[in-house]
Amino acid sequence: MTNRQLGAVMFAPAVLFIILLIGFPFVLAVLYAFSDARIGSTGFHLVGLENFRSILQSPSFRKALQNSIVFTVCAQAIVIVCSTILSMALEKPFRARGLVRLLILLPWVAPVSLGTIGWKWILDSIYSVITWVLIWLHFYKPYSAPMWLGEPRLAMASVILVHCWRLIPFSTVIMLAGRSAIPKEIPEAASIDGAGFWRTLFHITIPMMTPIISVALLFGIVFTFTDMTVVYILTAGGPFDSTQTLPSLAFATGVQGSDLAAGAAISLFLVPVLVAVAYFMLRVAHRAEVV
Amino acid sequence: MQRSGFRTVGARIVHVSVLVVFTILLAFPFYWMVIATFKQNIDLYTVENNPFTFNAKPTLDHLRLLFGETQFVRWLGNTALVGALVVVITLLLAVPGAYALARLTGRWGQRLGIGIFLTYLIPPTLLFIPLSRVVALLGLQDTIWSVVLVYPSMTIPFSIWLLMGFFKSIPKELEDAAMVDGLTRFGAFIRMVVPISISGILTVVIFSFTLVTQEFVYALTFISPESNQMVGVGIPIFLVRGDVYFWGSLMAACLITSVPIAVLYNLFLDRFIAGFTVGAVK
Amino acid sequence: MAVVETRNLTKVFKEGELGAVNKVSLATREGEFLVFLGPSGSGKTTLLRMIAGLETPTSGEILIGGQVVNHLTPRERRIAMVFQSYALYPHLSVYNNIAFPLKAQKVPREQHRTKVEWAAGLLGIGKLLGRKPRELSGGERQRVALARAIVREPAVFLLDEPLSNLDAKLRASAREELEQFHKSVGTTTIYVTHDQVEAMAMGDRIVVLHQGVVRQIGTPKDVYEDPADTFVATFLGSPPMNLVEFSDVIVGFRPESFLPADLLPGAKHVRFRYKVNYVEYLGAERVLYGAIEGSHFESKEIISRLSWTMPAGYDAGSVHDFAVAESDLRFFDRKTEKRADPRPYPWQ
Repeated sequence: MTNRQLGAVMFAPAVLFIILLIGFPFVLAVLYAFSDARIGSTGFHLVGLENFRSILQSPSFRKALQNSIVFTVCAQAIVIVCSTILSMALEKPFRARGLVRLLILLPWVAPVSLGTIGWKWILDSIYSVITWVLIWLHFYKPYSAPMWLGEPRLAMASVILVHCWRLIPFSTVIMLAGRSAIPKEIPEAASIDGAGFWRTLFHITIPMMTPIISVALLFGIVFTFTDMTVVYILTAGGPFDSTQTLPSLAFATGVQGSDLAAGAAISLFLVPVLVAVAYFMLRVAHRAEVV
Repeated sequence: MQRSGFRTVGARIVHVSVLVVFTILLAFPFYWMVIATFKQNIDLYTVENNPFTFNAKPTLDHLRLLFGETQFVRWLGNTALVGALVVVITLLLAVPGAYALARLTGRWGQRLGIGIFLTYLIPPTLLFIPLSRVVALLGLQDTIWSVVLVYPSMTIPFSIWLLMGFFKSIPKELEDAAMVDGLTRFGAFIRMVVPISISGILTVVIFSFTLVTQEFVYALTFISPESNQMVGVGIPIFLVRGDVYFWGSLMAACLITSVPIAVLYNLFLDRFIAGFTVGAVK
Repeated sequence: MAVVETRNLTKVFKEGELGAVNKVSLATREGEFLVFLGPSGSGKTTLLRMIAGLETPTSGEILIGGQVVNHLTPRERRIAMVFQSYALYPHLSVYNNIAFPLKAQKVPREQHRTKVEWAAGLLGIGKLLGRKPRELSGGERQRVALARAIVREPAVFLLDEPLSNLDAKLRASAREELEQFHKSVGTTTIYVTHDQVEAMAMGDRIVVLHQGVVRQIGTPKDVYEDPADTFVATFLGSPPMNLVEFSDVIVGFRPESFLPADLLPGAKHVRFRYKVNYVEYLGAERVLYGAIEGSHFESKEIISRLSWTMPAGYDAGSVHDFAVAESDLRFFDRKTEKRADPRPYPWQ
């Protein structure tokens, strides 16, 4: 058999699998969004844009959409800045670097749900360690501590915090890889040309790292925007829907609330962002090939 | 001499502070888990006590509760079994698939590769609703087989991408020499390429296994009964009885599960990052 | 324009081991083209990097223009450097690459364009200003690197093997361009290379380095005709000088000095019986590999170079009378390998 035939045969099972378990469900999601499907009922009718109309009018949905965007943007901003700083600190070898790297990576490599549960207790209204430290530093009086997960604004900040906590290690490692790809002669040439630390950083190093920063950013956006685990475990969307995001709302509506159609419709709002991310990923990959 | 001396000292202080601050912020919750695992309940639940020290003697009670009175061990077993099965399925599908894309398909192979990589971007939170119906229709609802079926759809795309890069870096001459020596193309693949690619394959194994242990959405959606659940869902959902959180055991469970996975993942991190960076880093 | 001087400069990378650079003392002359020549590992690049300020010396001093600069950062030393890989900023256009040093040194913006165009014109790359480095050929990149170096009008130029990344054909023309460039600009230049042909062709003086130690400093003529030790003697010249060992002395003579006896009339010379084992025909010359008859010489391969103008007939297997003019013999002390005075021929 020819190479092409062999290639097709070796490749077919994987493609089939992906089509059946990703492609087909995706089509189904779209169908559900335009239907009146519910868990338990066997009827299935197409209802046009009815689902979209009703969810767009729902305040929970609007809040969830807003939250998804706000959480993602805030988290990415913090993550990119922190991981740039941290990657600079980790660049040059030093004695405990291996150990530090291991410790710094823990938030990313540990399962999402478990790290989040840890934070749930750290942010507990009564027993929070942070509260204890703040009281000890006399910023707060005892028993008057803020409700980290109970007060809407603080809850939102907490969700963003946990996302940042998870993503900073991931971004840092990607950035480190990016920095190591810059030949060491470039900053040396810049130094000889008269550039100081800041000029070299902003005019040479960071511009050269743009592809890698883009990759870290794009992945970070996907991980934050499409996550429901952190929200579900930390706040379950509360208090009063103030931390609900699109994925967590889709889960609450579609699985817990049995309204498959509405759930599917909500989750479809993830698609535009994913398409945009995919487009930019392709551009980064393409530009990288050219060099 | 004075000037550069100061700059070095100042820079060093900043350097060390940055490292210390970030290390504390990032690793702290795990240190906390360690302490909570061994603190007596009286100590844990007294608000005035200094949380960083043991105000009462350390105890193994939480561990006893965890291993004795919960389904924790069963969850670990479930997860390990599912992990192993998913690894096997992934290898069976991704290794030949990646080879096909790397060697046998030319230009459009490269494009397909990137296309496959992009499917990694399709999140569980988009597909979980239709998939839950598919799973129910197949009668796999509430069993571990539901996730055994679905998880490879998450591991295969990235594994193909990883292995593609790996196979491409093996010189073609090796296979050509094997074929001149009498092997078929497929034979050369099995006998030459696969053995050489052990480290790439190992990366796929670790990646698939850690993905299974990390996954939350599908396990939560497809599996309801406590005894069939995965450890990543069991701990947050079932170690909480109503409104009462057994924090000590909870933290113990988190710690015990996280550390081995963290160690495993760490060993292979560089490879994953290479796969993630889409060739943006050459 | 300035003089670069090093005094007992040493660089040790690993404690207890031999330094990469060991007590090197040298001084350039104003406007000269000084070459650091040596095999890889000889310390020539480390020496250059210390002068640039990219490595800190373990001990010793570096002076530029009479001022000790050990504590100064590279940007404060008023030097310019061209790296082996050229180190062009890939994300900037050629224009911005050349303008970068001006921006960094806070030269007023109005002057940028004139200076960049002057530098580009000097190197003939005026047409390339809008391009990015990845769109340029190797030779063009080298010129951009030079333009970036010259635009600041530095006191010293440092060049780290800039021709080694070019393919062989390009190297010769690039070499000539560099020589012209130096003539027109006249800045003191230090040039690092492992290629002795480049060194001889381009250098006003050559610093021969081996294992971090200066073996000889001199004009091409000095290092070729009067090598200070056996290393210099064999490193310069291809094929290398023939060296024969005796009990307390090493005698050397260059292949081009070892000729058929009847082609050396008049001059006082020493005769040998030479058996030719192998001949390489290279067009403009023939290289003979053979052995001198006589129990002491038998094991050593002796090389002779005959130019194409000399008669044929020295084929493999034949034996002839060959000779070396007395004045072409070089003597080296066997223990120190350093040059010694002429003495009576130990084989008689």
